[in-house]
Amino acid sequence: MSDKLALDVQNLSVSFPMRGRGADGRRRALLAVDNVNFLIARGKTLGIVGESGSGKTTAAMAVARLVPKLAGNITIDGIDFGTLDNEALRQARQRIQIIFQDPYSSLNPRLRAGEIVREPLVYAGETSRAEQDRIIDELFEAVGLRPEQKALFPHQFSGGQRQRIGIARALSTRPSLIICDEPVSALDVAVQAQILNLLKSLQGQFGLTYLFISHDLGVVQHMCDDIAVMYMGQFMEYADRKSFFAAPRHPYSQALLDAVPTIDIGAQPTGGKLVDGEIPDLTLPQTGCRFASRCPHARDVCNGGVPQLQDWPGSTGHRLACHLTGTFATS
Amino acid sequence: MTNSPSTAPLLDVRNLSVQFTTRGGTVTVLDDISFTLERGERISFVGESGCGKSMTALALMGLLPAMGRVSGGQVLFKGEDLTTASPARLRRLRGNEISMIFQEPMTSLNPVFTIGQQISEVLRLHRGVDNAEARDRSVELLQAVRIPDAAARVDDYPHQLSGGQRQRVMIAIALACEPEILIADEPTTALDVTVQAEIFALLRDLGAKLDTAIILITHDMGAVAQMSERMLVMYAGRRVEEGQVANVIKAPAHPYTRGLIACVPHITSDVDALVDTLPEIDGIVPPITRFGRDECLFAPRCAKAADECWSAKPQQSDIAGHSSHSVSCWHPFGTEGSR
Repeated sequence: MSDKLALDVQNLSVSFPMRGRGADGRRRALLAVDNVNFLIARGKTLGIVGESGSGKTTAAMAVARLVPKLAGNITIDGIDFGTLDNEALRQARQRIQIIFQDPYSSLNPRLRAGEIVREPLVYAGETSRAEQDRIIDELFEAVGLRPEQKALFPHQFSGGQRQRIGIARALSTRPSLIICDEPVSALDVAVQAQILNLLKSLQGQFGLTYLFISHDLGVVQHMCDDIAVMYMGQFMEYADRKSFFAAPRHPYSQALLDAVPTIDIGAQPTGGKLVDGEIPDLTLPQTGCRFASRCPHARDVCNGGVPQLQDWPGSTGHRLACHLTGTFATS
Repeated sequence: MTNSPSTAPLLDVRNLSVQFTTRGGTVTVLDDISFTLERGERISFVGESGCGKSMTALALMGLLPAMGRVSGGQVLFKGEDLTTASPARLRRLRGNEISMIFQEPMTSLNPVFTIGQQISEVLRLHRGVDNAEARDRSVELLQAVRIPDAAARVDDYPHQLSGGQRQRVMIAIALACEPEILIADEPTTALDVTVQAEIFALLRDLGAKLDTAIILITHDMGAVAQMSERMLVMYAGRRVEEGQVANVIKAPAHPYTRGLIACVPHITSDVDALVDTLPEIDGIVPPITRFGRDECLFAPRCAKAADECWSAKPQQSDIAGHSSHSVSCWHPFGTEGSR
């Protein structure tokens, strides 16, 4: 294991118990994340994109041990984070922090901004009150808040400022990995740019590693070194940024990109490309490609087994899970 | 009436101003808004939250909140001033000749009625059709908005539908009476991109078929480019720029418009060309208590701000060579500039 890796996730699966029993008499469970693998080198950003319900947030929450996993290994800084428990887990938790989507509901309305940033330090232990004060001052400056704003309550800040508090809180324990869960989706466009720039400059300044969850491909393109496209619990495509955006290979990735409205006048969206098919039931074992029902290129072979991520012919590292690799035209 | 009915635009909003009475006094939330809309035309209102896009739409429909009132100007719909129309008259217009769809389809549908009942309600109210006919028409409308198996789904309740399907039902309700104007207030913000593309395609097709004019309220320049012919950029209750979408996006004259276009990461296939830092618009929209002052309200966020920007409200001026492109700015970018 290279010490350059901040995060190494192998064969991660998450399942949620459902009410009732299936036809086989067993308890029903929904497989929200199905055997995904990913790595993030220190100081880099991996983006997981997908539509709502694709499992991207669930996968990230499982990495943070906030959702129990069904299977898989999670290694952070070479530590087997996935198997820790009790005090060892509590201690290790400071290595992962999260920036949440909604800056309104993710801050305690009854704590002053400075105390919100202090809280993780208190739980992490081993810092004196004076040391905490010094860290808080440093973080307020780093995220662009004024020192006197430490005494204010969340409702006295704008949405963008609240997200800055959330970022300061996430940075407080000097985590090895920061999960950014749609960090700008709730913000106005102009404020989005401010927060994205801040996240990037903090990454340069502190060598941060991000796991970036988003449905916005423009934001992902701007922020991420590597991209994983998730659909119904599985990675459909996984590539570095340049290779992915130069030539997205998976029909689902292509459909997602095609659907984004562009400012090029005359370019019409081709959202009609997707087939209006039934979405597979994730409480049942999958027997074929889960995207086949909506895929414009689908044919019989697509229902023969679940496709696994494989290198696109002639490339290393641009991988996709598709039975039809290379057999349909990519635009 | 100075305009004869045949040449008058479908909607002619003239110097519309709206004031709110708050505990702190009277504030001007809409300040001198003018625009016209022709039959079948598509226009977008663009700007950040709190700039008056939705408030303009509500003012058109006579749906201002209780603390708000139209303090000046006219809303001429086919020559009739809606700002002085009676509540009964407005009720006959709303949902019939002017209708609206909202951001969150779940909260705009009534959870205790089937979608068929909710479409039928509009038809019975405005068209006086009987129950059986309203139901048949509801099924047709659900087919028109491409809900599969419409004859069975007409008896579904809103919770049985996906978010995209609910928004389709909202569109069916809004278009039931073949309105002349449809106002779509951030209709796809809560939806996935693939669903958004389908909803936009649907709005374009149905709008063209029924010759319905569409006002799209959005902050997404991509949506503007794909949905509209003209755009009106709003800031702090004022119109700051208006023009043909192609002209405005190619050569935005107002620093705010320019900033709105530049600050969003646009997808490209050549990532080497990407900049590391997005151009920012500093700061945030001012609180409404600052609206209406005799100064450029964008000045605190503007890199070009100079003395005159702080001392007087900029007047609207046409951009040379582009008859329908106008801007309200002391220091607009020239039309030769590109983004």
